[in-house]
Amino acid sequence: MVTLASKEAREVKKATRAAFGKTLIELASEGIPVVGVDADLSSSTTLAAFASSSPENAKRFFNCGIAEQNMIGVASGLALTGNVAFTGSFAVFGTGRVYDQIRNTVCYSNLNVKITPTHAGISVGPDGGSHQMLEDIALMRVLPGMRVLVPADYAAARSAIRLAALTPGPIYVRMGRANVPCVYEDGVDLEIGKAYKIREGGDVTIVACGVEIREALLAADALAEEGIEAEVIDAFSVKPLDSETILTSAAKTGCVVTAEEHELIGGLGSAVCELLATDQPCICECVGVRDRFGKSGNFEELLGYFGLDWKAIVEAVKKALARKGLC
Amino acid sequence: MERSDLEIIANDIRIQIIRMLTEAGSGHPGGSLSCTDILTALYFGGVLDYDAADPDRADRDRFILSKGHAAPALYAVLAKAGYFPEEDLMGLRKLGSSLQGHPDSNRVPGVEVSTGSLGQGLSIASGICAGLRLAGLTSNVFVLLGDGECQEGQVWEAAMFAAHQKLDNLVAIVDHNGLQIDGDIRLVCNPEDFDEKFKAFGWDVLSVDGHNIDELVRVLNQAKNQKAGKPIAIIADTVKGKGVSFMENQASWHGKAPDAEQGAQALAELGAERA
Repeated sequence: MVTLASKEAREVKKATRAAFGKTLIELASEGIPVVGVDADLSSSTTLAAFASSSPENAKRFFNCGIAEQNMIGVASGLALTGNVAFTGSFAVFGTGRVYDQIRNTVCYSNLNVKITPTHAGISVGPDGGSHQMLEDIALMRVLPGMRVLVPADYAAARSAIRLAALTPGPIYVRMGRANVPCVYEDGVDLEIGKAYKIREGGDVTIVACGVEIREALLAADALAEEGIEAEVIDAFSVKPLDSETILTSAAKTGCVVTAEEHELIGGLGSAVCELLATDQPCICECVGVRDRFGKSGNFEELLGYFGLDWKAIVEAVKKALARKGLC
Repeated sequence: MERSDLEIIANDIRIQIIRMLTEAGSGHPGGSLSCTDILTALYFGGVLDYDAADPDRADRDRFILSKGHAAPALYAVLAKAGYFPEEDLMGLRKLGSSLQGHPDSNRVPGVEVSTGSLGQGLSIASGICAGLRLAGLTSNVFVLLGDGECQEGQVWEAAMFAAHQKLDNLVAIVDHNGLQIDGDIRLVCNPEDFDEKFKAFGWDVLSVDGHNIDELVRVLNQAKNQKAGKPIAIIADTVKGKGVSFMENQASWHGKAPDAEQGAQALAELGAERA
């Protein structure tokens, strides 16, 4: 069982990316042979904090300049010499631009390389559609052998980086730029392949990941005021997906709503629908971005604009309940 | 003229390449035959420090075949070096064989990393060099690139990185046979001049006749022993399809296997005792 953050702690907002460099420092001090490889975005990814933490860690950081393809190759070579290699850059470049390098070198060779870019989704806000990566979960999920972790908050991100360091083979950790409220207690240990029930309810199951956990919890609060009890599940491990936790909840509530800061095609919603359709057919509504690119704006505005905020989840829940015949 | 021991080995490798490709019915003879003498010099000329009985020894030298389509040449060399039985070679490209069309490091001992998607080997080799340095090891890393492969932008990203990191344990060999699938590299999209390009990126550059094995051994050893804070590129002038008259300098033999008759003719030219 994981412990959730206290009410006071929930008020504290931190970005998931802030856990990246700090956790690498922690791992290095424990003797884990981590290395960081970035492509000119190390202050944004926080790998710079790792590099500047000690002369030894400075030697364990490699800046490739604006050359992401080489970043993946260099990380692969470092992994081949016994290191746990973490890559940087923004998610749009660190997964999409280097998809072939990740596929053919990292995954096909099954190397101990961690794909850990930051600024995923619309959290990069004003930079606009060119920088808002909404297809990364789909791209990484489809790769044979790749595990996909989407931390909801700082503590989950720290846990994801630790898991990535301690679990051999390719792992993608999706981190964002936006400050998000704490969900879990500091120091929480999450697991690959696990989803976490963070709110109990019997009427509908909301399966969310990343920043959508905050929206899902707000939606659950709003629904409770109308007498609708939502169960909220954090699909921290999008691949492998925790089918048991999701199916158990779906069996109880009879309808599911997914929520992700990502394109609907190929993301968490797709993964949950694939699971439900093949194992336990059930009503399912999906909240996410619908076949389009991002747009400039601030993060909070964009959540509303793209229909990713708690209101959109409430609407989707009502639609699902209507289909279930209860509303 | 009497053949040297290394020339005899190279010829044996060529014979195996033709046998494997004829049996497989598909694959890449041109670029396999062009790099055969280079691989022979590396593995059997005392250049590469390796141990087939202990392929993961931490302080071994590494060889990365960035031009992964020359897999038949690498497989024939690795088998001869003792990494796996030579009988396995005839399984090339067949279901159930470990010898995939392009090298798979999870299946074949001696293959350091899977390649096949071009342009990635130099980056990987650079990362290995950096990792060896971190570990305090003085091993060397050799990587073989195709000349057409050097059209890939990632090659030059890696070239910049390797020079910036002063990786003088890195030796890149360009198999300069002048041809790619669509024809003459200079006509398809000219990647020349390799010598000037690598120098401009901060590398030291050596040139060699890529079919003179004694010279190859000498130049490879020179590159291996030169520690001047710079990576070294060796531009090896080669002939695509070298050793088989009808394949030489023919882009059409880049990715086409000989049929039975062509295979027999090639083997006869190479002096194989049997087809």
